[in-house]
Amino acid sequence: MEELLIISPSPHITSGASTRKIMLDVIIALLPAVAASAVIFGLRSLLIIAVTVTVSVLSEYISRKVMKRDNTITDLSAVVTGILLALNLPVGINPLCAAFGAVTAIVVVKQMFGGIGNNFVNPALTARIVLLSSFPSQMTTWAQPFWYKSGSVDAVTCATPLALHNAGETVPVLDLFFGTTGGCMGETCAMAILIGFVYLLIRRVISPVIPLTYIGTVALMSLMFGQDFLFELLSGGLLLGAVFMATDYTTSPINTKGRVVFAVGCGVLTFLIRHFANLPEGVSFSIMIMNILVPLIERATAPRPFGEKESKNVTV
Amino acid sequence: MAEKTPLTKEFTKGIIKENPVLCLVLGTCPTLAVTTGVSSALGMGIAATAVLVCSNSVISALRKVIPAKVRIPAYITIIASFVTIVQMMIKAYAPALNDSLGVYLPLIVVNCIILGRAEMFASKNSIAASALDGLGMGIGFTAALFLMGSIREILGAGSWFGMNIPLLGQNPILIFILPPGGFFVFGMLMAIANRLNTNAERKARETACAACPMSESCNGPDDEKECVK
Repeated sequence: MEELLIISPSPHITSGASTRKIMLDVIIALLPAVAASAVIFGLRSLLIIAVTVTVSVLSEYISRKVMKRDNTITDLSAVVTGILLALNLPVGINPLCAAFGAVTAIVVVKQMFGGIGNNFVNPALTARIVLLSSFPSQMTTWAQPFWYKSGSVDAVTCATPLALHNAGETVPVLDLFFGTTGGCMGETCAMAILIGFVYLLIRRVISPVIPLTYIGTVALMSLMFGQDFLFELLSGGLLLGAVFMATDYTTSPINTKGRVVFAVGCGVLTFLIRHFANLPEGVSFSIMIMNILVPLIERATAPRPFGEKESKNVTV
Repeated sequence: MAEKTPLTKEFTKGIIKENPVLCLVLGTCPTLAVTTGVSSALGMGIAATAVLVCSNSVISALRKVIPAKVRIPAYITIIASFVTIVQMMIKAYAPALNDSLGVYLPLIVVNCIILGRAEMFASKNSIAASALDGLGMGIGFTAALFLMGSIREILGAGSWFGMNIPLLGQNPILIFILPPGGFFVFGMLMAIANRLNTNAERKARETACAACPMSESCNGPDDEKECVK
């Protein structure tokens, strides 16, 4: 990508923030979730993370080389994509399938559209959806927490809390909070994700608008429809999606008004898919749909330059 | 296209340079719909090629008789008769292919490659040139379909012409035989074809213009106004 000339009114103060520093912060914020997945689902989860990260970085390097562009692996964004993708996969997935997902994320979704800053949907999420439609049975086989302690070679499978809930069973809230339930590697442990969230907020890497509005919308919808809202919030990939995926800089709106619209849309879609569609979980699809709508949201919420009169024919 | 282009060029241009699917982006609907397997893709390609060659020749032969105002209905009638013949043949001799192509076989009538070639080429050129153009375009169409069908069947179903492929057979990447996978493969192939064409153009330009004194001011050998050659 060519160096962009930034034209903005003075004062020209730089905060010293760089892509690399932000990505490093995101990686640090993801570490609790990584650690939790290693504790709950065993060392195999670290293997999957290692595979996706390695393949992501390699495919970033190779595709930049092939397209004769500057190399960008040092900005660590491929590492973040790799970790996020792995955290969105079940622990029992074939490593080759995980590698295919990483290639899809980096080459198809990110580099073919121009690399970091130019992708129109979140790479890790899209890769997850591609994997879900490619390997439906593998992607919905969930290992039991602590399966590795039982000593058997094959992972014992179980259902996710959302599937149990749809079947009429209840899951203790504490299990959901500490993540000792079935699910994707990084999504089960709410505590670890919240630690990461707080870290990102303290470091001012993300603004709380999108995650809080997203989660709030789901909570409000569950209250309206008489669902257990604590359960809705802690189960499935909602927290992981709201904190790490929906806040992606490239694929979310830039101003607060737009962010609210975006997050409310994510929340409504998530709730609708969970309860009225034939999929148990809809976080990835709803964030992706809203990602695609971001250009329209940006147009509708663009701030009026100071002194300009409101034009009658607003182009939306 | 000047009138004096050699006949061989009319034939070869359809294969890569003006490939109907990958460069002219015509006939996208059958391309995406029937390429879930190689055999149906190949069958579609051959059927469309047969119709294209016949309709191009007949339309070219009748080009001075058909009044300009009603030319499109006339072309459609001619094309439809050939499609009917081809469809009856396939029904008689390859019923399985007929089943797998389904509605896309009669829909060859409105395939825009065929109508496009009739309108753009056969109505203005001699019979021989039109037949060769139809053959080249048909082969280009078939080749693109064959390529897409192969990629999608190998990756998405783990087989090729129904034969199982050892490693992929157990764990096929299903998305490739679903519509989104079709669009992925289509986009990639178009990108590759574009790349090949721009490379070839650049090369032709470099060799043709290297010795030309006007090379500074003209737009390459395609620029008819300025090219001295």
